[in-house]
Amino acid sequence: MNSQDQENRLPRRRVLQWFAAVAAAEGMALPSTLGQEAKPAANGYGQDPVMAKSYEKGEAWPLTMTETEKKATVALADMIFPADDLGPAASEVRVADFIDEWISAPYPRQKGDRGAIVPGLKKLDEECQNNFGKNFADLSEEEKKKACDIMAKGNHFFNVFVNLASGAYYSDPRCWKALGYEGNAPYGGPFKGPPEEVLKQAGVEQTVD
Amino acid sequence: MSSRAACFWATECGRGCSIRANYQSTTVHIPPADATGNLDIIADAHVREVIVGKDGKAKGVLFIDKTTGKEERVKGKAVVLAASSGETVRILLNSASGKGISNSSGLVGKYIMDTVGSDMSGQIPALENLPAHNDDGAGGCHFYSPWWLYKEQKAGKMDFARGYHVEISGTRGMPKGNNPVPGHVLQGLYGTELKEAARRYYGSFIHIACRGEMIPNEGSFAELDPEVKDKWGIPVMKWHWKWSDHEWNMAVHAQKTFAEIFESAGGKGLFDPKRDPKKTLLKGGQVIHEVGGAIMGADSKKSVCNQWNQTWDIKNLLLCDGAPFASNADKNPTETIMALAWRAADRLIEQARKGNL
Repeated sequence: MNSQDQENRLPRRRVLQWFAAVAAAEGMALPSTLGQEAKPAANGYGQDPVMAKSYEKGEAWPLTMTETEKKATVALADMIFPADDLGPAASEVRVADFIDEWISAPYPRQKGDRGAIVPGLKKLDEECQNNFGKNFADLSEEEKKKACDIMAKGNHFFNVFVNLASGAYYSDPRCWKALGYEGNAPYGGPFKGPPEEVLKQAGVEQTVD
Repeated sequence: MSSRAACFWATECGRGCSIRANYQSTTVHIPPADATGNLDIIADAHVREVIVGKDGKAKGVLFIDKTTGKEERVKGKAVVLAASSGETVRILLNSASGKGISNSSGLVGKYIMDTVGSDMSGQIPALENLPAHNDDGAGGCHFYSPWWLYKEQKAGKMDFARGYHVEISGTRGMPKGNNPVPGHVLQGLYGTELKEAARRYYGSFIHIACRGEMIPNEGSFAELDPEVKDKWGIPVMKWHWKWSDHEWNMAVHAQKTFAEIFESAGGKGLFDPKRDPKKTLLKGGQVIHEVGGAIMGADSKKSVCNQWNQTWDIKNLLLCDGAPFASNADKNPTETIMALAWRAADRLIEQARKGNL
């Protein structure tokens, strides 16, 4: 690979390798896809939580993300949810912490997502090392964009990551406005239906009181 | 029980109302019962069987204290089981050392039912990019359509019995941990573009659910598992389930109707056009309206309970959950369970005063 390629784009051969590697990693059984640094996830559910208790971080189940994984997660989540007119950056609302909690949880759905996220993060850093000589978190903004553009073209890890990051990001009240959620505010009376401008735009009339 | 606050249309209902305005037994029924001073609650008690005396009357229950693992007993003039229909059936069948009680009809465990469920999601372009507004209704479901084809049903034009109601949900609900828009509309996007797409599509997805009446059948029943026991050594239930053409055809009808609704609204239902509409029928138990298994009736040979929820064989043993349901109308069962329980409790007190138990 010449320097021109490194500057402007990832060569097609690299892209194909990346996809093939990610797909292969996802097809493998969970333990063999874990990198050397990755920690094992909790096994079993244990007792019901005590509803009146406030649990400390990592108390319900051990958090498994390594420092390296966490750095890549923070950086990728900030690419997906940067600070702009539509809300704060993902790192400001601790999206990476949510994803760490999520993939460390011992439930079937979370375990499934862990199978995509852990090897995906590893592959992301590997590919960035191969192409830029740095981990994803250490890339320049432009280099991060190049990597994201490739993944956005169709990558299971990226899709799962976006889904989890969106769930985390929009569940924070600081991001509700960015989405257009204005609920959770008492009306001071029964629900009256949508406001006039909404009915007008949707092209419907309110026919009941 | 009517002292709870009125709905103030805020906070997430599904996680327990922050002002305790919603209905739930822990805040609506238990506090007034506790206030009488006549209520003892024993937590972590796993009932194994009803104790029956030599006179044939129920004397109490035998339970496992889950914190110590020891067997304990509680005695009473009457025993009311409301353990949820499946567990009530299990207790009846496990009683008398596994020989079963209140089962002279042989019908304990028979005719179990759930609600017929068949759903479709869809997207309505007219709801995209709407101005942000507070759309929190009561629990997020603003529409409920009762069964409307009763005339056609009466005229014999339907290929299934009875009917279904329709629940329509969606709206601009509170995001709570899951992606507030389906992942496919964000595919290929990140950054500000992704945020714009999320804003555009949020609130434009609608979910339509058929909730219909299942016709009880011989193939849907529960029995004690001959091998599997729980951690306390008590046999668990083994479930048998069969849908009939009534339910399969109802699901097909619902899917056709829902596709038409989405098309009429200028949108489309989200489904694989090659799918078999029958496959949309949810599995037995998935709608969690499990009822039946100890049906009520006028004839002691053809039912387990009488009209007052008393078992025919043991008059001071009452079943006050969904187990006595002999049919399962398309409505959610909880309110009918409560109404029957209230009625049964009034009758129980009256009979006890007369010395008839």
